[in-house]
Amino acid sequence: MSTFDYADLGEPIRGPSALSGDWRRFWHLTFTIARTEFKLRFYGSALGYVWQLMRPLMMFGVLDLVYSLGKLGSIPHYPAMLLSGVVMYTFFMEATAGAVRCVVDRENFVRKIQFPRLAIPLAVVLTACFNLVVNFFAVAVFTFLDGVRPRVQWLEIPLILCVLLVLAVGVALLLSALFVRFRDVQPIWDVIGQVLFYASLILIPLEKIQAHTGRLLGVSLTHLWLLNPLADLMQQYRHALLGPVPRFFNGKPVTPWPDHGGVSAAAAIGGYADLAIPVGLVIALLALGFWVFNRSAPHIAENL
Amino acid sequence: MHTLKERALHPLRRTGHHTFRALENVSFEVRQGEFFGIVGRNGSGKSTLLKCLAGIYSADRGRIWIQGRMSPFIELGVGFNPDLAARDNVVLNGIMLGLTPREARARYEHVIEFAELEEFQELKLKNYSSGMHVRLAFSVAIQVDADVLLIDEVLAVGDASFQQKCFDVFNRLRDQGTTIVLVTHDMGAVNNFCHRALLLERGEMVAEGDPEDVANHYLELNFNRDAPEHVAGAERVGNGAARIVDQWCEAGDGTQSPMYLQGQQLRFCARVEFVEEAVDPGLTVVFENENDVHVLVATTAAEHERPGRFAPGEEAVFSVEFTNVLAPGRYFPITTISRLGRGLEILDRSARETSIVVQGSAARGGVIDVPIRAAVERSPSSARRQVEVG
Repeated sequence: MSTFDYADLGEPIRGPSALSGDWRRFWHLTFTIARTEFKLRFYGSALGYVWQLMRPLMMFGVLDLVYSLGKLGSIPHYPAMLLSGVVMYTFFMEATAGAVRCVVDRENFVRKIQFPRLAIPLAVVLTACFNLVVNFFAVAVFTFLDGVRPRVQWLEIPLILCVLLVLAVGVALLLSALFVRFRDVQPIWDVIGQVLFYASLILIPLEKIQAHTGRLLGVSLTHLWLLNPLADLMQQYRHALLGPVPRFFNGKPVTPWPDHGGVSAAAAIGGYADLAIPVGLVIALLALGFWVFNRSAPHIAENL
Repeated sequence: MHTLKERALHPLRRTGHHTFRALENVSFEVRQGEFFGIVGRNGSGKSTLLKCLAGIYSADRGRIWIQGRMSPFIELGVGFNPDLAARDNVVLNGIMLGLTPREARARYEHVIEFAELEEFQELKLKNYSSGMHVRLAFSVAIQVDADVLLIDEVLAVGDASFQQKCFDVFNRLRDQGTTIVLVTHDMGAVNNFCHRALLLERGEMVAEGDPEDVANHYLELNFNRDAPEHVAGAERVGNGAARIVDQWCEAGDGTQSPMYLQGQQLRFCARVEFVEEAVDPGLTVVFENENDVHVLVATTAAEHERPGRFAPGEEAVFSVEFTNVLAPGRYFPITTISRLGRGLEILDRSARETSIVVQGSAARGGVIDVPIRAAVERSPSSARRQVEVG
């Protein structure tokens, strides 16, 4: 009874996928979900996004108090670094820990409408980006109050944040796809998140790590420490913010001034070749995250 | 298998996968501008089919072609957030359904107007009544101009007037050439709106074509399976002089089904085997409804009807035929073979174990429905009074 020539009908429809077709729709969806989420967070709260600032500020206040009682007073501009680190870490955890449950929590979208599935975890990351931008105003003010003055090297900071974003996206995709099948992802990631806070040169500056001369499997602790991409990002951020600036006088380099201890990530890990490992890790996580998500996307609605 | 622990503790346990085929060998075409119904019992796979069409589930095998822009009404108000006001929700939902943010904003006025919620625009959605909620959701959904609409029983919500409004819209869209695929349990909707329909049962196509046929098939399927096994009622009684071997209902043309339409000729038959000699036996059948009311009694045992003498071992088929005036519902025929003599001697009576279902579109609420001619005439005296008043 078939009266159609199937060849005339063009392509059959494709099922759900991570990314399908219309990029504009994909962007609109992601942006709308993220914006709604952001808006809702402050809906009905009298002080609005002051609360958004409060969390990293409080965390910073406590940590700063505790560590000024310790022996970190010698680290120049430690408070500015600490706050920046806390804010960046907050962003990373918001994006990744928030992404863990996102597909499951948005079950009603996933099971009821067709759309590129990738929009959901990306919207979570985007919401975290909005928060990051808000928080960075506080960071800027505080950094200025701490006596750090703007300089051209700060232009590197957006680039560092972009790499952080890439890392967050990769991890978010991986976690959100895995959580659909394995609910243990959530507690596991909570624990890893805690570890990452202490392992990412936020609280403990590079100098303290370098002070340990112990080696593990013939590799220095500093080297191992900096295999964590977050640690490299924090270190590079510190370098951009207040690292040594080579100065030239009549074409000849003179002593850098002032040296606030912020060597570049490459210098800290021991060369660009070694830096390739954490950089490669970021790229690998993004690729892995996308691959896993893409693979599970067609059946995500059924597996919920 | 939801945690790693389970997997670690039971590494050898086979992952508990039972393959369940929700759909198999389903193939159909819907032409442009057609109103196509998909019906089936619960769990027959109709929603899965719709989700495959909508691109929410992917089919493991087979292909689906859809020409033109498609809008699924799997659920109304996807993405609605109770903490946001109408405008934000309309835009949000519109984008979910495939509009661009600009389009969604531009259509907001229309949506609010159609939903008749102008006064409540500033209200957060959580303060809406469920009816207002649905009205808003539906109004957004129909703003998404699609070539193909997929509708999943969303019409079950809302009051009667809202349902009518939905159908009015769907009819208008259909007349404009929109193709509509409707999944429903409502056979009235299938009969009234669909051009063609498809019946699914356990993931397979059972019938496709004329909506009335499909609807009847569906009802048959439904009542066949769900018939109560045995309903306590009249016990089998009788003196054993005859035995009712078989009894059945059939339509006037001799076809049998568990379901009969109102207004058809209905024939009730019983095959009787005589154990002892019987003179002038008669069949009486009582149709009891679910409330044990004797709605209809039909008998062959009229005074002038003298079938004569039956020898032991002889068989006979008794039948009564009547126009089916029974109201829609389930009926239990109770058959009695009796002999007129001193009083009424019951030879055999069947227990209340079989049932038939009467289906009809014109249930008026009584236990029977007969053709009714109605008239209203103005009485001359009152007409005069009206003139005088006027």
